[in-house]
Amino acid sequence: MTPTAIDYQIMWNRLVAVVEEQATTLIRTAFSTSVREAGDLSAGLFDRSGRMMAQAVTGTPGHVNAMAESVTHFAREIGLQNIYDGDVFITNDPWLGTGHLHDITVVTPVFRGGLHIGFFACTAHVVDIGGRGFGPDAGEVFEEGLLIPICKFAERGEVNELLVAVIRANVRTPDQTVGDMYSLAACNEAGNRRLQAMLDEFGIDDLDGLSDFIMDASRKATREAIAKVPDGTYRHDMTVDGYDRPVEIVVTLKVDGDRLSADFSGTSGMSAFGVNVPEVYTRAYACYGLKCAIAASVPNNTGSLDPFEISAPEGCILAAKRPAPVSVRHVLGHLVPDVVLGALHKAMPGTVPSEGASALWNIQISARPSDPETGLENAEILMFNSGGTGARPSVDGLSATAFPSGVSTMSVEATEHVGPITVWRKDLREGSGGAGALRGGLGQVIEIEARDGYDFWFNAMFDRVENPARGREGGHPGAAGRVELTDGTRLKSKGRQRVRNGQRLKLSLPGGGGYGDPKQRDPWRLIADIEAGMITADQAAKDYGYSGEDK
Amino acid sequence: MSMSDIRVGVDIGGTFTDVALDHPDGMATCKVLTDYTEPERAILKGIETAARKAGIALHTITQVIHGTTLVTNALIERRGARTAFITTEGFRDVIEMRSENRFEQYDLNLELPKPLVPRKDRFTLNERVGPQGQVLLNLDADETRRLAERIVEAGYEAVAIGLMHAYANDAHERMMADALKKLAPDLSISLSSVISPQMRELPRFNTVIANAYVQPQVSAYLNRLVAKLRNADISAPVFMLHSGGGLISVETASEQPVRLLESGPAGGAIFAAEFARSHQIDKVMSFDMGGTTAKICLIEDGAPKTANTFEVARTYRFKKGSGMTVSTPVVEMVEIGAGGGSIASIDTMGRIQVGPRSAASEPGPACYQRGGAEPTVTDSNLVLGRLDPDNFAGGEIPLSVGLAQQALSERIAEAQSIPVSEAAFGVTEMVDENMANAARVHTVENGRDIEHFTMIGFGGGAPLHACRLCEKLGIKALLIPPGAGVGSAIGFLRAPFSYEATRGVFQTLASFDADAVNAALEAMEAEARAFVQAGIGDGRTTTRLTAFMRYAGQGWEIPVPLPHKIFTSGDTDAILAEFESAYRMLFGRTIDGLAPEITNWSLIVASERPQPETTKPQAGSKDAAVLRRRPIFDAALRSIVDAHEVERSAMTPDSVVAGPAVIIEAETTTIVTSAYRAVGQSDGCLLLVRKDAK
Repeated sequence: MTPTAIDYQIMWNRLVAVVEEQATTLIRTAFSTSVREAGDLSAGLFDRSGRMMAQAVTGTPGHVNAMAESVTHFAREIGLQNIYDGDVFITNDPWLGTGHLHDITVVTPVFRGGLHIGFFACTAHVVDIGGRGFGPDAGEVFEEGLLIPICKFAERGEVNELLVAVIRANVRTPDQTVGDMYSLAACNEAGNRRLQAMLDEFGIDDLDGLSDFIMDASRKATREAIAKVPDGTYRHDMTVDGYDRPVEIVVTLKVDGDRLSADFSGTSGMSAFGVNVPEVYTRAYACYGLKCAIAASVPNNTGSLDPFEISAPEGCILAAKRPAPVSVRHVLGHLVPDVVLGALHKAMPGTVPSEGASALWNIQISARPSDPETGLENAEILMFNSGGTGARPSVDGLSATAFPSGVSTMSVEATEHVGPITVWRKDLREGSGGAGALRGGLGQVIEIEARDGYDFWFNAMFDRVENPARGREGGHPGAAGRVELTDGTRLKSKGRQRVRNGQRLKLSLPGGGGYGDPKQRDPWRLIADIEAGMITADQAAKDYGYSGEDK
Repeated sequence: MSMSDIRVGVDIGGTFTDVALDHPDGMATCKVLTDYTEPERAILKGIETAARKAGIALHTITQVIHGTTLVTNALIERRGARTAFITTEGFRDVIEMRSENRFEQYDLNLELPKPLVPRKDRFTLNERVGPQGQVLLNLDADETRRLAERIVEAGYEAVAIGLMHAYANDAHERMMADALKKLAPDLSISLSSVISPQMRELPRFNTVIANAYVQPQVSAYLNRLVAKLRNADISAPVFMLHSGGGLISVETASEQPVRLLESGPAGGAIFAAEFARSHQIDKVMSFDMGGTTAKICLIEDGAPKTANTFEVARTYRFKKGSGMTVSTPVVEMVEIGAGGGSIASIDTMGRIQVGPRSAASEPGPACYQRGGAEPTVTDSNLVLGRLDPDNFAGGEIPLSVGLAQQALSERIAEAQSIPVSEAAFGVTEMVDENMANAARVHTVENGRDIEHFTMIGFGGGAPLHACRLCEKLGIKALLIPPGAGVGSAIGFLRAPFSYEATRGVFQTLASFDADAVNAALEAMEAEARAFVQAGIGDGRTTTRLTAFMRYAGQGWEIPVPLPHKIFTSGDTDAILAEFESAYRMLFGRTIDGLAPEITNWSLIVASERPQPETTKPQAGSKDAAVLRRRPIFDAALRSIVDAHEVERSAMTPDSVVAGPAVIIEAETTTIVTSAYRAVGQSDGCLLLVRKDAK
């Protein structure tokens, strides 16, 4: 049967369900907290030439292009002639996968009637990959853990036992890390079963026709959307804290008809710490920011991603060279959309939000007995926390909400069951939203103390402490972040630090920037903010010129 | 139930209030328009009509069973009480911060749903309980008194109290409640440790707030209803269907109205479950399709699948995450924006999209001739010959094929350069695809294989679409029960009395504390039994115990059914075995080297339901009388086929019609595709079976 255009539309719709099912399988079986609770994964289907046909919508824009590109690396490294039914490929190479060693990408070739017709791929953040652990302190990627080059995890259904043994011997959580690799392989299998059923139903033997249909329609829709952006060259820059010294991110956006390119020339050089970003990850976040503003409704696939031509000169902090450390590349990566949206603002004013907290304030807590002699057990606790997003041209920013990342926070009650800490506070940080006609989203305040018998260590990797999120069109900046003890002692915003029993760590997360002149804020919204305690009376007077009389 | 029992079920829906009256000589049903100002008026009118049909006097009614969307609507429309929320200092914004994510990744202008209680009405107490229930910071009595004064003075109509870890220790919540009661004995107060004693602050707080928010309104309504019925000489006790699919007394419902959230749809699931039981089908997927949404529920061994959290009041295209997660026992249903009124359009990629926008009943589909210009699923069904323009809703709504064609032509066919009939096919196929995808994902999430299920379809739209859905899902048998138009109300009459008690008792299996668990279970059983006895006195009951377990470090618990007994420390091996078997069922394997733990417990006490009379499947040995032949479009064959048209009333037991066929009745139309045949059953059901099924 020759499929009609309607058939292709139906199959495309089905593929979206197939990759969602693939992702659901992974979420339900993974060990990694960040996969299950935060959606730090991706899943997709590719045709035999490595073009991504469909991708599940998950919590991680950082995987968008990264995974889309990775399959072509697999095809090249393995060689099409060496691909067999029952094979499973694997890598966590930051430059060929999704930017750091903790992300494992697994690719499974799809066969039909003995012929290789495509690939399923998926990526997940594993609990541990050895080395120094998840943190910025390594000097080279070699210290950050085990790097698995592109290779076969299984060949013709036989798992490579040597590989598994090497991995088990090199990580702190062998059962969970290797278990997650099996989960990844299983989710590809789940996708494959469903795909085969669809091909049976429509009576087709390969993906080529469908892939062409998806690519053409998506490319066309994306190009049409880009063509609506006024032509020109738009340069924008933003300074952020970085690790040991400020980082300047510079982007030049060029729009010419239905072509768009973004280049990060002029951006600061690499850091000695693991905040460096492989270019693939920069491309992912830059593309995500642009796509949200220009072609949000076009689903992710090679056809819709290719029109965004994004580059960064090798050796800058956004295109780190091997063997740079890259473990916490997400911090700068999360700030990339703010810069590209700033450039886009010049092309399309009144469309994009102000800058936000953007980089997550994730905190990894290692609870240790204050006195090792007590024999109390160690515990590791991970929390995901978000500051405020930038105000939008017609709506206030979102308070304590992740953007551009899409991760979720965990329940405090559940967290307190995981390890011996008490979270005394996790609520909105009053007055932290940048003033504006539209107010920036509020950050949050978190206070953490070790329970009896414990101290804890935490690994700080917090940005926007020195450089708050800026407003647009006269909007004020959001409040800068702060890291301190509740007694007022300031702590460093980067690096591993100890909080002793009885002390309380206090994190004040940054707010988002405001949009437009605060004096133009709708007085009713202003009054509502004062009543709710979202802004203080002082702020109302100082930033908004509110006298309290025009109520 | 004795033969002299006369029971009446009443379901208030968005448009209609449905009544089903079960009396010794049969069942009388009727539909009346829902009365938004005084819903009880429509109820009485409906009961009177049904009683007249049945020829019985109102005072002979022995039981009234009621379910309503009132609670859900109050939450969606934000028409609740002025509510104060009291929580632990440091956690004032839990309900506003939600899960700190965006449910739609690519929408820069996304707005999150506003919390039910605005920040200015949220108050905090300096107190703290730890995860094991230990007090980390004492609550000061003076502070509770001062806060109570403040709240009473401010004139709130309802108060919700939700403190951290209150599921493990409710002392501080009770202290605060006592302080309030002292000042205002009649104030509506809801405690999270009573309404939803489970770990995880966001759903627990949401649940207690939702309860407080609707409590005064629901309580007033139920009082009015009981009074109104009494005035009309109906002094029978009134029971409510709760979202978990069982009955509770009207008094319990007044105190815990959050348990009523999904009561209407739950009635539909029980309706289907009853047919699953009488037809002895172990694995059933119920499919309920109306004008705006379709709902899917898994029913195994005659019991609808339940869950202990769900999301209400989704604000963004039924999208997961855009509503409010509450934790209360519920019949688990997947709801998608797919119905007869769902509107078709072309997206930026040139693809046909259907729903979730709906033309609803006003203006309705283009073919209704009420000014609707956008093509809908109903328009497409009409163009494909699946609906008879002269015989829709028993002929009450004349349909215009011309207007349907015009809408499809202008909005779909021209843009795609395809004939109108192909556009119509594209629309119905896409909506069927959306429903099939949702059904498939739901079964996968539950570790089930959909091909082994039988579908039971009801609601106005299901009989039109169910057969095609079965083709897509590989389902071989489909049951279309009679009376599907008032399915929920009939379902109410079949529901057991039941109450589910839940407790958060966090333990690793290695340090299983049997005494603590037994104490919790004993309290839970006493609690649940008290509610059930209010309905059935000393009637026979069953209990069902579930532990929610996971491997340490995992974020989701899975339900593990356990025998209800007094546990000893020696039971851990047996619990482990049950956990591993449940885990394997869902995920296909277990994991060595990780420690299982228990987070929450649930205990259901329910009245025993009588086993319905078994319905023997009819083979279909005599041909049903064919009215005429009419062309319909068969999606699997991609062509127009010549179908037999048969009256539903002609589908007497053992009558058969082979697809392609159209079975017509006033309420709906059943499409039998070319791959299936339909056989009349002795209880009035239609059984559609694949012709090639063994």
